[in-house]
Amino acid sequence: MRENGTLKIDEGQERLLERLCNASAVSGDETEVRAIVLESVKPFVDEVAVDVMGNVLVKRFGDGKNLMKVMLAAHMDEVGMMVTHDEGKGKFRFDVVGGIPSHILPAKSVWVGRNKIPGIIGAAPIHLTTKVERRKPISMEDLRLDVGPDNGKEVKIGDRVVFSTEFTTQENAIFAKALDDRIGVTILIQLLKNAPVNIDLLAAFTVQEEVGLRGAITAAFELDPDIAIAIDCTPANDQPAWDEGDDRWSENTQYNTRLGKGPAVYVADRGTISDPRLVRHFVNASQENDIPFQFRQPGGGRTDAAAIHKQRSGTPSISISVPARYVHTPLSVCDRLDWENTQKLINFGLVSIPGDILAVEI
Amino acid sequence: MNDTLSLMKTLVSTSGLSGYEDPIREKIRSVWEPLTDEIHVSRMGSLHGLKRGAGAPPRNSILLAAHMDAIGLMVTGVIDGYLRVAEIGGIDARVLSGHAVTVHGRRELKGVIVSPNRNLLPDNLDGKAVPLEYLLVDVGMAPEFVNENVRVGDLISFAQPPVTIGKEFLAGHSLDNRASVAALTGSLSLLKGRQCEWDVWAVATVQEEETFAGAYTSTFELRPSIAIAIDVTHAAGPGVPEHKTTSFGEGPVLGWGPNIHPALYRAILDLAEELEIPHEKEPLPRHSGTDAYAIQVTGAGIATMVVSIPLRYMHTPVEMVSIKDVERCSRLLAEFICSLDGGFMERLAWETES
Repeated sequence: MRENGTLKIDEGQERLLERLCNASAVSGDETEVRAIVLESVKPFVDEVAVDVMGNVLVKRFGDGKNLMKVMLAAHMDEVGMMVTHDEGKGKFRFDVVGGIPSHILPAKSVWVGRNKIPGIIGAAPIHLTTKVERRKPISMEDLRLDVGPDNGKEVKIGDRVVFSTEFTTQENAIFAKALDDRIGVTILIQLLKNAPVNIDLLAAFTVQEEVGLRGAITAAFELDPDIAIAIDCTPANDQPAWDEGDDRWSENTQYNTRLGKGPAVYVADRGTISDPRLVRHFVNASQENDIPFQFRQPGGGRTDAAAIHKQRSGTPSISISVPARYVHTPLSVCDRLDWENTQKLINFGLVSIPGDILAVEI
Repeated sequence: MNDTLSLMKTLVSTSGLSGYEDPIREKIRSVWEPLTDEIHVSRMGSLHGLKRGAGAPPRNSILLAAHMDAIGLMVTGVIDGYLRVAEIGGIDARVLSGHAVTVHGRRELKGVIVSPNRNLLPDNLDGKAVPLEYLLVDVGMAPEFVNENVRVGDLISFAQPPVTIGKEFLAGHSLDNRASVAALTGSLSLLKGRQCEWDVWAVATVQEEETFAGAYTSTFELRPSIAIAIDVTHAAGPGVPEHKTTSFGEGPVLGWGPNIHPALYRAILDLAEELEIPHEKEPLPRHSGTDAYAIQVTGAGIATMVVSIPLRYMHTPVEMVSIKDVERCSRLLAEFICSLDGGFMERLAWETES
């Protein structure tokens, strides 16, 4: 291994995550995050390009010829909102970009546009609503973006809007917006710094994952890898579950992943059946290197792997994610050790990957 | 405006939920000490600051009440490291998910209010808003740690940092009623060095959001000649019917209704007209929802007025006020105090008496 960095999460990598999470990059305008990525990777990679979609495509070659080409993908974009209509006096209508649950929109503080104009998505005072009204969810129809009666000219239709959450930590807990997938972006940057010499590393920092995995489609075509790994951030719905029969909180059996239980290895989600050879390999890498892992519960959700594995003649793919609670809301939470172990697991899997792994029949 | 803005930011960033006002009281005391002649704390925890008048004793006095308590949450249970909560003050549960909070346990902990995934909630909530009893607070720590550091009855404050909106607006939690504390503080600053006849009792009351316990008891203890409750009121804005609101950013509003003495209303209205301070009339047909409700019926009764600052999104963590309105309110209060003379109480009569 080339000693250009560390696989432990150090202060520098945490500050990088902070910068990335606080940046605004709603699907379709990833400019701010792209700039940070380019600045971070340029010093130590062999090739770097920005494609027509806005993906950052980076290559770092190993030692020797005809090495396995491994694509690693992490998406730069985040869910957010877009200003859609000016109602005057600083009030605007807006729509969501990506899967934001509408119940988390009322009464939030936001940043509008590239200049991060502060705004509020308000909510009616409890005093002016009835008990019957409060049983219903607040409709998008009743929500407005409010940038103050004297500031409407600073905002344009089409401006992107993000929650104005500032990154913070508490012991090993990390609280931030857009951990999905800035945490994957930091891992990919770190793996590029420590690129294994036994493979050609093809890194894609993708755009538009949250609106249909759009960037990954073209990135995979361009990079044309032998195998691919999507590094993402997956929900940990590990709250207690309400037991209807007993009318109390009880064991949750549909958690997707659990915080603090290690990297989430995908066997299958709604978009991809992970290549079983890769699943087996990464599980072995985990056990041999004493790194905890968990299987993400098979079910809904997709990652860039869903687009990548079907590109060209097909690319055996897998996703490995950092679990985080409350993704797609203003304040998501992840565990620093899960982050570090995900980074380590992917690295150990890469340095030990047999050149003939695909020669084995499924 | 910068002084007012920084005072408001400081005031909303200091905790003090109803019944637990100590931190905010100490903050206000430090600001009021140089502005008053005498300061003490009531048995209920309200802060009383006296600015002596220059008139000959026995002097009349005016009480200015701004409640300092804030709404928030309280821990009702701990399950698998998650906190179940109840409200302190009226809160619409639909505005809570995704908000940062501070849990005041054995140590202060950062946390977030969350609504568990639908598949973890009762089926009969499908298509409905998730009520407070199913919301949880997550501090991101292991269950053992949470059990050691948090227990039932611990308080939870909102942690949304205040943010300047446009050029002259501020948004944040607890502007109800720290905006009024700032307005009252501003009037004390304006009175500094001025000779006014009456004694002024500046009072930061406790427990307005729950029982008005501060307003009842401070008024009884201080027994002022007249009183003004300073509070916030609903401003026009998205999501609310216009007829139930007052204009936003266009001056303080003067309350009118059964909690208000009409002659006192008239005196303040006339002064606002004379000083050309923009203002609006706010009909308060029943309970004013302010400390005035308690003050008016204390002792043998106190002639009471309500002056309010229009505010958007009340009782959410993103309440919004005009900084200019806070300053206009300060000026109106200060000028009114200085307009009070020895004959004011005689003129404060019901129409049928004169």
